[in-house]
Amino acid sequence: MKMKLLLSAAAALAITAGSASAKDLTVVSWGGAYTKSQVEAYHKPWQAKTGKTITSEDYNGGIAEIKAQVEANNVTWDIIDVELSDAVRACDEGLIEPIDPSILPAGADGTAAADDFLPGTLHECAVANIVWSTIFAYDSSKIANGPKTIGDFFDTAKFPGKRGLRKNPKANLEMALMADGVPAADVYKVLGTPEGVNRAFAKLDTIKGDVVWWEAGAQPPQLLADGEVAMTTAYNGRIFNAVAGEGKPFEIVWDGQVWDLDLWVIPKGSKNKEAALDFLKFSTSTKQLAAQASWISYGPARKSSGALVGKFHNKDIDMVPQMPTNAANLKNATQNNFEFWADNQDELNERFNAWLAG
Amino acid sequence: MADSALSSQRIHDVPDQLTTADGIPLKRKLAISMRRARWRAFLMTAPLVLFMLVSFVLPIGQMLTRSVHNDSFSKALPNFSVALRDWDQKASADGLPDEALFKLLAEDMAVARKERTIGRAATRINYDHSGTRSLFMGAARKAKNFEAPYKETFLELKPKWSNVEMWAAMKRVASDNTTGFYLAAVDRTYDANNDIVEQDEVRQIYVKLFWRTLYLSGVITVLCFLLAYPVAYLLSVLPLAKSNLLMILVLLPFWTSLLVRTTAWIALLQTEGIVNDVLVWLGIISDDGRVQMIYNQMGTIIAMTHILLPFMVLPLYSVMKTIPPSYMRAARSLGANQFTAFVKVYFPQTIPGIAAGTLLVFILAIGYYITPALVGGQDGQLISNIIAFHMQKSLNWSLAAALGSILLAGVLILYWLYNKLIGIDNLKFG
Repeated sequence: MKMKLLLSAAAALAITAGSASAKDLTVVSWGGAYTKSQVEAYHKPWQAKTGKTITSEDYNGGIAEIKAQVEANNVTWDIIDVELSDAVRACDEGLIEPIDPSILPAGADGTAAADDFLPGTLHECAVANIVWSTIFAYDSSKIANGPKTIGDFFDTAKFPGKRGLRKNPKANLEMALMADGVPAADVYKVLGTPEGVNRAFAKLDTIKGDVVWWEAGAQPPQLLADGEVAMTTAYNGRIFNAVAGEGKPFEIVWDGQVWDLDLWVIPKGSKNKEAALDFLKFSTSTKQLAAQASWISYGPARKSSGALVGKFHNKDIDMVPQMPTNAANLKNATQNNFEFWADNQDELNERFNAWLAG
Repeated sequence: MADSALSSQRIHDVPDQLTTADGIPLKRKLAISMRRARWRAFLMTAPLVLFMLVSFVLPIGQMLTRSVHNDSFSKALPNFSVALRDWDQKASADGLPDEALFKLLAEDMAVARKERTIGRAATRINYDHSGTRSLFMGAARKAKNFEAPYKETFLELKPKWSNVEMWAAMKRVASDNTTGFYLAAVDRTYDANNDIVEQDEVRQIYVKLFWRTLYLSGVITVLCFLLAYPVAYLLSVLPLAKSNLLMILVLLPFWTSLLVRTTAWIALLQTEGIVNDVLVWLGIISDDGRVQMIYNQMGTIIAMTHILLPFMVLPLYSVMKTIPPSYMRAARSLGANQFTAFVKVYFPQTIPGIAAGTLLVFILAIGYYITPALVGGQDGQLISNIIAFHMQKSLNWSLAAALGSILLAGVLILYWLYNKLIGIDNLKFG
């Protein structure tokens, strides 16, 4: 009797929670300038086309919320912008819906979707929209003859001042190794050995006392603007938008960048799966991906969009040189290896946390 | 005399049982109405009981279960897990299972891959043996095409399948009940012989964080006490109009949002913040020598002391308010000086308030999360922050549960000690 009462009470709670979020489509992304670019390039045109409304929510990455929603059987998010390693893990654990790539529209130039998307950007449960990158940036009004290489980021003798780093081993360890002289192509080979991990942490040790840690993508431009740090790692689009949108005197250093993909995924049990799929097809079409590139400097995942990338939406700034995938920016660059991180994140996170707390 | 005879006569007139108007014996009627009253009382508290059950007892029970029970491996690979539990690693020559077990593994993997549960098994084994996730996923992708001899097929695919330590780990995770997460929570692990050993030194973190949490909570409690005692005393002796004003100053921050107060400290204390600006302006420090007062332990201590201060002031005040001023006057008039009178007469009477305040502040501090997360930087983080990390980022909920259970047990032990030393009856919140 008591159990029954309990269950019905729980069910009543679930129903109220569920009905409160009965919207046409809930799109979840990383907030700030990035979400704004998606709202302008994807949400607004899609709403105009379908007459449906989109609720936009922000999060800080990871699959914890997706897992919690799916396991509690109360999925309120419909489509989510995630990193590749998270997409792979969520797919393996059955938390997101498989997506058949054949439903994707062909490119504007007629190329089939499978050939139009850059290699590795279509996954069995996810479709990439952009290529983004972790770079480092500085305030050129404060450092006259600025840093040129990733080595300079770790050189506090040559460039004194605080450093901003994401509170996460990902990308930090790669950058530390590249700064220590490991060629970009060998980064994961070296990081796969215990000596390599020690080497990366030893390099991070050299600046540990000067680091200000950030977690949300909107923080690093703010840290730079406030003068809290002399230089900081950041997502390249956030720095670009601070420069193009707010006229900040920030400079991006592409040497030693670690680039990655962002992909759309649909959680298992989404209440608006049809709308989510429609939004996914729409937003990853040639035109929409190119349109997004006029709002933020992330590279479109389709080859056919590359040709359409022009200028920033309200300024005379060419977007092509701002893309992580631009040849000049890729001279010393690593692609985030999702498999390495899926394998080693438990151990490296623990070690990173221990290192931080020590 | 006649009176007493009359009364004894009356007693003899009374029938064996007293009955009510409807003929039910009084005793039973009383019992019935008492039972009704008890039920009514219970029904009045039922919403609270239910609420406590749903929001407190069940989640904590579930958490405790999660810390020792994790069936994600055996759920994804059921037949293989059952067989593996009975496998004796020491009996096999090469430390590896035989062909039959490999066959079961291949079959289970193919099914788990199709049902998309293989990732959970791979995640589970990766907790115990780092670096095996891709090995599992890689084999599972191809498992449906595997043919006999299975053992050779696996070993050919990746030589790592012959890693004896990994198989020992797999045998451990195949059983649903485990102490492994508690071991991990105290920086211990199993080696290849299933002996408990210390975790690799560079990965040891949890024990250190537990001690740091206790230490920082202690410091914060002492600081709160030192700051709150004079304020509470002032509150209790000032005339009503003035003490009301002071009380509002104490309560105002209490009513302000926690996040607002924490971010206010960030604005005050950061290197480009108000305090540093003033110090530079006054010429006490140079512009290059700004003091780091936040994003470290100092930030955690300052912000948490401020936030928890009212929890110390209020119980102290309510106890001090009840101490008649005449006691101190009596002590003075009997020859004690101000100090002796305070130590011998006043202070002992405030102990119930101190007891309540310190217990409240210490226990709140031990589980504090958002303030250290925002202002703690790297060395001001508490155990709760790492629990949150395992809940939200690494998704190792079993480890988070084990850490939480240890924290819970720690608090209960402290409470018990406290009861022994000071006595919970002595506690006075007001």
